[in-house]
Amino acid sequence: MHRYILSFIFLLCFSVFAISQNEHEPQNGGQPAGEQPANMEEQHGDPGVIDHQAHGEASHDAGCGEQAEHEFDPGATAFHHIADQNIYSIGPWSLPLPCFLYAPDHGWSVFSSGKFHADAHGNGHVAIDKYVLVEGMVQRIADPSFPDGEVEVAHHPYFQKVKKEDGSEKEAAFICYESKLYPAEDRSTADGGLFGGGITSFYDFSLTKNVTSMIFIFALLSWMFLSIAKAYKTRDGMAPKGVQGFIEPIFLFIQDEVAKPFLGHKWEQYLPFLMALFFFILGLNLFGQIPFLGGSNVSGNLAVTMVLAIITFLVVNLSGNKNYWEHILWMPGVPAWVKVILTPVELLGVFIKPMTLMLRLFANITAGHMVMVIFVSLIFVFSNNGLNVGAGYGTAVGSTLLTLFMMTIELLVAFIQAFVFTILTASYIGAATEEAHH
Amino acid sequence: MIFLIDFTPIKPDFGLIFWTTIIFLIFWLMIGKFAFRPIAAALKKRESDIQGSLDEAKRVRQEMANLKAENEALLVQAREERAHILKEAKDAGNKLVEEAKIKAKEEAQKIVASAKEQIENQKMAAITDLKNQVGAISLEIAEKVIRKELKGNAEHEAFVNGLVKEIKLN
Repeated sequence: MHRYILSFIFLLCFSVFAISQNEHEPQNGGQPAGEQPANMEEQHGDPGVIDHQAHGEASHDAGCGEQAEHEFDPGATAFHHIADQNIYSIGPWSLPLPCFLYAPDHGWSVFSSGKFHADAHGNGHVAIDKYVLVEGMVQRIADPSFPDGEVEVAHHPYFQKVKKEDGSEKEAAFICYESKLYPAEDRSTADGGLFGGGITSFYDFSLTKNVTSMIFIFALLSWMFLSIAKAYKTRDGMAPKGVQGFIEPIFLFIQDEVAKPFLGHKWEQYLPFLMALFFFILGLNLFGQIPFLGGSNVSGNLAVTMVLAIITFLVVNLSGNKNYWEHILWMPGVPAWVKVILTPVELLGVFIKPMTLMLRLFANITAGHMVMVIFVSLIFVFSNNGLNVGAGYGTAVGSTLLTLFMMTIELLVAFIQAFVFTILTASYIGAATEEAHH
Repeated sequence: MIFLIDFTPIKPDFGLIFWTTIIFLIFWLMIGKFAFRPIAAALKKRESDIQGSLDEAKRVRQEMANLKAENEALLVQAREERAHILKEAKDAGNKLVEEAKIKAKEEAQKIVASAKEQIENQKMAAITDLKNQVGAISLEIAEKVIRKELKGNAEHEAFVNGLVKEIKLN
């Protein structure tokens, strides 16, 4: 019992230390007050090049006027931390990642994100083939007058509110080069403008933080399962041992509680898919929960859950038998006028089912990550952005406890969400392959 | 610190879609083939092995129990037989001894009887012999006496012989 209490206190102290280390960072790493450029007036309605040569300064940094100082915003901090990035930052180190960028008007650009010479906030001060790094993410200057190749730009981007076509305001990044501000475009996204994205001037196929984490988890799981499979061969007839003994109950749980009850005698056919889904999601969920390791929000990214949901959709509907399609398209045993109502509903259900899978996993994992960032952000909110250190230390204790509590819950959520995704997939496949029995 | 208020995780990025598809498909197909299926097969085999072993153990135990019962029955039977045999042997021994005793007695009696008979015979022979001798002696005596008195009296001689014959020793 003493051991547990001691290790808990140790963890607590360590967390407070780690958090207070972070707390100093904005003071040291942020722009010192003396170097703050003069306040810049907001520009509206002109996303194009903004001429700031009126200031007459040739320096890259100061050439475009002063950047407005932002208040600390926990929501924005949380959004930033759960976002995908083109660099992998662990504590004070940021590992460069390979960039594979494609612009229809320029072709492929392949380089390491280390070439951007990013600072601690992930803002690069080198533009490569019109690509720049803003807050850890690659953006592109679509302006044709901006030079290709490597050019030095201002050390930090400028943020301005711009009016979009629909009249709403949006904060956009501008890059200062030779006293001119160039708007930087986000990469293309597949939401069709629904969530503020859309097709832009370039596509990012880089090995981002999320992709790197995924590859790492893929490698780890592959190594683990291949060695387990080998262990079953070499230790045939012996009791399971080590990682084999750790995974076996989980494997048996999915096999006996998910695959067999829902899939009947066809369980063996779909077992690899269900296992792959479960362990892939579980691995990613848990990897995101490891503190001080970047906290990659992989399974909390809609792109990842979308792919999993689409694959599930394909597996379910491609294995659907006559009975399944009959129940969707022309429900047997009900009056004709009910069929007319039922068919559109059932058809919608075919698409809604994978969509709920996609959104449930995304929302749960993203929410978990955000809550933790926001709990830590409370320290900065209550310490008045580092000015009131005492209040910061006081809040650090409380928010550490809250974060520890949330992390415990998140471990549970990581397992539950992987399990729910798998069991629902199994039930959809089970419904699609069920034989007629009436 | 400056942050874009931009909720990027909800904007599915083509690169991430591409990589996720590739990585997940490889994971599913490769690990499914080389790990999940073999593991499931091994687990199934082990399950049936364990069930088989349990059934076998149950069967063997039943067999052992049967064997033990049989052995016990055999042992009881053997014990009974031994007792029986012992008893029989004892009886036979007793009988033999008894018979031998009886036989010995009979033999002894026979010997004694035959000895008695012989003695009797000898005695009779001896007595007869004695009678004859006594007769002869008496005859001699009587002859001598009669010779002296009655010389050649056949009537006397027959009378004396008759007397001698009447004499019975004991």
